[in-house]
Amino acid sequence: MIDIEQANHTAVTRMMSARPILRTVATAREVIPGMRDDLLLHAGPPITWERASGPMKGAIVGALIFEGRATDWDSAEKLVATGEISLEPCHEHNSVGPMAGVTSASMQVYVIENVTHGNKAYSNLNEGYGKVLRYGAYSPEVLDKLRWINDVMGPMLAEALSLSEDGMDIRALLAESLHMGDEGHNRNKAGSLLYTAKLAPLIAQTGASNTEKARVLQFLADNALSVLNPVMAACKAMADAGHGVAGSTIMTTMARNGTDLGIRVSGLGNRWFTGPVGQPDGLYFPGYTAADASGDIGDSTITETAGIGAFAMASAPAIVTFISGTPEMAVNTTLEMYEITTAEHTAFTIPVLGFRGTPVGVDIRKVVELGIRPQINTGIAHKDPGVGQVGAGLVLPPMNVFEEALLAYAEQYGLL
Amino acid sequence: MKNLQAEVRPGAYYDSVVLMQLQKGLAALPGIIDAGVVMATDANKELLAAMGLLPDSVTAKADDLLIVVQGQNEQAAQAALAQVNVLLQQRQGRAAQAFRPKSLATAVAHLPTSQFTLISVPGRYAAAVAEDALNLNQHVFLYSDNVSLADEVRLKQLARAKGLLLMGPDCGTAVINGIGLGFANRVRRGRIGIVAAAGTGLQALTTEIHNLGGGISQAIGVGGRDLKEEVGGVTTWQALDLLQRDAETAVIVLVSKPPADQVAATLLRAAQSGPKPVIINFIGYAPPGRRLGNLFFTSGLVDAAEHAVRLSGEVVALVEKRRPLSGYLRGLFSGGTLAYEMLLGLQAVLAPLYSNIPIRPHQQLPDLMQSQGHTILDLGEDAFTQGRLHPMMDNDLRLRRLRQETADPDVDMIVLDVVLGEGAHPDPAVELAPVIAEAVRAGKRVVAIVVGTELDPQDLNSQIERLAAAGAHIFPNVSETLDYVYNRLPPPTRDFPPVSLAAFTGEGLTAVNVGLESFYESVIGQGGGAENARAVQVDWRPPAGGNEKLMAILAKMKSQ
Repeated sequence: MIDIEQANHTAVTRMMSARPILRTVATAREVIPGMRDDLLLHAGPPITWERASGPMKGAIVGALIFEGRATDWDSAEKLVATGEISLEPCHEHNSVGPMAGVTSASMQVYVIENVTHGNKAYSNLNEGYGKVLRYGAYSPEVLDKLRWINDVMGPMLAEALSLSEDGMDIRALLAESLHMGDEGHNRNKAGSLLYTAKLAPLIAQTGASNTEKARVLQFLADNALSVLNPVMAACKAMADAGHGVAGSTIMTTMARNGTDLGIRVSGLGNRWFTGPVGQPDGLYFPGYTAADASGDIGDSTITETAGIGAFAMASAPAIVTFISGTPEMAVNTTLEMYEITTAEHTAFTIPVLGFRGTPVGVDIRKVVELGIRPQINTGIAHKDPGVGQVGAGLVLPPMNVFEEALLAYAEQYGLL
Repeated sequence: MKNLQAEVRPGAYYDSVVLMQLQKGLAALPGIIDAGVVMATDANKELLAAMGLLPDSVTAKADDLLIVVQGQNEQAAQAALAQVNVLLQQRQGRAAQAFRPKSLATAVAHLPTSQFTLISVPGRYAAAVAEDALNLNQHVFLYSDNVSLADEVRLKQLARAKGLLLMGPDCGTAVINGIGLGFANRVRRGRIGIVAAAGTGLQALTTEIHNLGGGISQAIGVGGRDLKEEVGGVTTWQALDLLQRDAETAVIVLVSKPPADQVAATLLRAAQSGPKPVIINFIGYAPPGRRLGNLFFTSGLVDAAEHAVRLSGEVVALVEKRRPLSGYLRGLFSGGTLAYEMLLGLQAVLAPLYSNIPIRPHQQLPDLMQSQGHTILDLGEDAFTQGRLHPMMDNDLRLRRLRQETADPDVDMIVLDVVLGEGAHPDPAVELAPVIAEAVRAGKRVVAIVVGTELDPQDLNSQIERLAAAGAHIFPNVSETLDYVYNRLPPPTRDFPPVSLAAFTGEGLTAVNVGLESFYESVIGQGGGAENARAVQVDWRPPAGGNEKLMAILAKMKSQ
């Protein structure tokens, strides 16, 4: 007899008690488990080249050019189509990546350690706005920027972090940024400034030239998403801490690859439950419409999985202008998420709700029973590779992934 | 050219009030003759077909929303269908700003003082919602019908164990702390507490009481099946017990369809054992008397209301409770009608009850020579009188039977009639008194119903004096005998925790409403927006979108 409530309590308690510390920045092939030169990691559940969305394909092409394995679209496609290069989800390698999330062996990645339970998580470095690989851009200037990030910024951050005895507590940083108007997914303005402020004195002590230091600090400060990637890795470390609890119905993964959205459940091992991604409903930058939008994409829904992002929207009323809502809607979204979650977060609180903890630990039973799906705040990618972000908005996962997970649970635990 | 247009929205659930308003809104649009907006159950589709509003091409299932409009032409019908979303939005606009919980648990968390949950969701979902509510320590007003008897029994057992009331299912009305729930009339508060099945009968009774100048302390609905044997009167007994302890209630009215015998016996004994007059109106049930002990048997709702109002305005002298019956009662009658009247009076409160002239087949005494349980015998019946004189003339058979009952250690009380007059035994007391005295010495209580006049040849007073001297209690008729017995009924053993009066005190209540929004609005409205009537409306949807397989899995997971 499985005690589901107890299992869920265990899983969500592990998620909340996980303390993710940013340790360093290192090369993917040296730190990510199972990383190899003929492997590309990508966002979301498993995908083939044939079924991949435009931004995903563009990012794959860009990464292979970056690695020197391909020279153009066709040669890259051939490598993947013939299986010379494999595609595997970031999530299957303790990693996460925003949007396309494509991570190759040579790329620099953040290393997060959950000091409570000892597990680690990884994420690539944020490239800022405009034409970037994560939106499928792979033009020379995109790759030049990527090389600068990899060759200059990454090592500088690694050196800076090595000067910090205790690393950087991302959970504490998030707790603070939630009180400054962030929700940790689509709005990371405050968190990115906090992040830059914490790094600045460390960067100042590195051996890099002042020009390089200034450029890196400027880049971090100008990018309101600087902290997104370490936040995502921190959320991954927290969610993974809750994964693998026998009998638990807590969702520990939710990710999109532009074609499919997939979830994984704590008590159901590493099995993915997938369904077609939704089309975000939101505001578009001038000149773009919904017709330009790619299907929902990215591992950034690890934030909602860990109890922030749209789940903490009540703490980020300013975000509603970005995603075409009202402040009441932001509050109601958080209130609704309490209906499908297991606990109120002990580390993340929401001032406007009387410092109530954020809703954390999506219970697939409640999702199916109440018909309430986890809300996602997201950026919207252009459907064509290389154009970049065209808007931001709200999106929901398909219901079937929760229903199928519930059926699988019933089968695995003898409830049919 | 009339034109019929339909739209099916699979799995879209709306409560019926929304559907009705949408239907009304569509019908009011220009060029529209009629409109039908229903959840596409078979029954609803039949209704639409009967109105000529069901296009042949429509295939919709019970969980689908079916919208049909009949226009004067196709253009008008199409234009109307295009307005559906706008009309639905208008409906939502008012409440869109406030957060509406979708689950009961969240609603109770939002309104932690809530002690009542009103449930009016479709029947097949109602039991699960009610169970959730009970597990959240809510008293439940279960308006929904089509709840299975098995579910009712299960839910009421759960409620009883938790000291909660499950009013219903199919409970149309209740008045709690002055707030009407469901379909309830606005009536003044007062000293009369009511327990009833809770349909129109309860509404009729409360309004009658109000119109007679009386007032209601609490009116508790129990549902139409509560007094069935399977359910066992669980809620009725809980409610009765609650009102007996409620200081605001002076008089209790118990209204029901004819209850199962065993259930009635328990409830009447519970009613009789309490400190307040209880007015009984079991419709279609032969009343055993007018007033027996605390119990006032009435014929009809108006009679019950009049009794209630009169008694609530005066101090009712109740006989102090005497030593309750600790064994069986045996009645040894020489007259069939008196025996039958006694049987009728006792069957309401005593079980098991047997007789050689049974009212119900199961009361048939198997062995006429051997009493069992409570037994009422007509010794003048043919089986006893073959080859001997009638017991009115010959006491021999009764004397032997009296000794036989005296010898039975399970017997507490023996009742016999002594019928005087022409043709009867010239001096029954001379034979009966010594044997009665033996019985009294053996610890039995003996009651003698002496029927006669002072003109009778046996000398009525002499008969009474000698029978009384032997230790018999003397009454002139069955009614007074029954009153004597009722005042000595053993109270039933209450094997459940009492429902706390905390939720049934003072003015107003706090409630969560799941289902018909009008019930929520009604509660809020009666409080005039004041603090004493607060409510939260749950934005309820069928669990798992009505998918039976997933619902079954979820139910199993809950019971893990």
